[in-house]
Amino acid sequence: MTWHSFRSVALAVAWRNLHNFFLNPALFIPALLFPLFFFTAFAGGLSRVDNVPGFDFPNGYTAFQFVFVLVQTAAFGGVFTGFAAARDFESGFARRLLVAAPNRLGILGGYSLAALVRWVFTATIVTGVALAVGMQVGGDGVDLFGLYGLALIVNVAATLWAAGVAMRLRTMQAGPVMQMPVFLTLFLAPVYVPLDLIAGWVHAVASVNPITFVFEAGRGFIAGEPVHVALAFACALALVALFSVWGLRGLRSAERSA
Amino acid sequence: MSSSLGTQIATLARRSIVRTMRQPASAIPPLVFPLVLLAVNTSGLDAATRIPGFPTDSYLDFALAFAFLQGAMFSTMNAGTDLARDIQTGFLNRLSLTPMRGAALIAGHLGGVLALALVQAVAYLAVGLIAGASVQAGVLGALVIFALFFLIALGFGALGAFMALRTGSGEAVQGLFPLMFVLLFLSSMSLPRNLIEIGWFRTVATINPVSYLVEGVRSLIIEGWNGEALGLAFAIALGLVALGVSAASLALRTRLVRT
Repeated sequence: MTWHSFRSVALAVAWRNLHNFFLNPALFIPALLFPLFFFTAFAGGLSRVDNVPGFDFPNGYTAFQFVFVLVQTAAFGGVFTGFAAARDFESGFARRLLVAAPNRLGILGGYSLAALVRWVFTATIVTGVALAVGMQVGGDGVDLFGLYGLALIVNVAATLWAAGVAMRLRTMQAGPVMQMPVFLTLFLAPVYVPLDLIAGWVHAVASVNPITFVFEAGRGFIAGEPVHVALAFACALALVALFSVWGLRGLRSAERSA
Repeated sequence: MSSSLGTQIATLARRSIVRTMRQPASAIPPLVFPLVLLAVNTSGLDAATRIPGFPTDSYLDFALAFAFLQGAMFSTMNAGTDLARDIQTGFLNRLSLTPMRGAALIAGHLGGVLALALVQAVAYLAVGLIAGASVQAGVLGALVIFALFFLIALGFGALGAFMALRTGSGEAVQGLFPLMFVLLFLSSMSLPRNLIEIGWFRTVATINPVSYLVEGVRSLIIEGWNGEALGLAFAIALGLVALGVSAASLALRTRLVRT
């Protein structure tokens, strides 16, 4: 009964969210174009960076940047779903949903499921474009499964973070609160060059940033030379655990206000 | 009895400046966001200075111009969003019942943009100098950077005002931001054009006017006085101002007729 009610609420919330997303060009097009734009700007504009002494990534700059963009799509897919949750609260829909849903955990599950489907769609397009422009993939099927699995976990963590914020603040004005920490976490990591080539205080921050290990493991997967795999998965899963608590407490906060 | 154009501009400019400074959401991101990206890019791309032919050995010097351009682009958002709010709340309708002249509205509105631009320019240059950057063109060069930055901010601000007057929607103005970001990233902001390896990207960066605005500011920081780079940058900035102000004036005339 509990599982059944969770499932029915989660599927209903996810379906509504995906329906809105895919039928609204104002939501759908930026979500698709932004990662492609970042991929183009970074992989295209900075490709000369792989000539820098010490840049030893074997599969070229396109593959190096692809991993960043893939993880970025995963993280921002979660954040954008948080925007949708905030919009639902602002319009009063979420309040009615909280009253009507037989299992409120299903609401959180529904947003997570919607974010996952949105990311799968975006990641498929980004991967297609990357392969079309000649990205070199050294890893085998298992490695790529690891790469996409890592990104998927990041997507879940980001959704739980953003949904937690949306359920606490319940306004679209919470957008920067959801977005900025994710943006900073992603960019205070080895985005343009490997960690060893980063200079200054950003190197110190990147050395302890969990997303650094996700990027390094992801780039290892695509090169077919996995590194830091256990550490990367542990970091990503720890983020999911942490933000599960954050999301659940956000849900409880929303319940109290409903 | 109607007040003079100067008084009208001063009154609306004062309102615009006070409103900009009173809204942290308008004033803080244009200050902080470009500096954060400057820090991230400088650290992340410092190794790029080792590419043969890179024009300076400090990526901070090279990237400082990017902060100015990104900061100027925020002017579009601020000017446009504030004006769109005036339209949405009916302030513009009420204003149109007074003897206020269209030129005063646009000029006054851009007053807030210029006030914030002054704070931005001082902050970017001060943070850059504290972090170790140097301006090869000296103190006079720094003043020329400020002048160029004001023109660019004015041009982008006028474009934001045009968008607001044309659509009357703050959301539509916000929708310009991704386009601005695309223009900025598809320019020579990260590497000099001659070092961009991918042919089509180099072509896009070459026809993108933002490249020449970046290069104008950058030339004063890393080279000293480069007449060609400065001439192109000032010509494009003045063109941007002329285009933005003309478009905003036309849109205002249409908006007031609709009203």
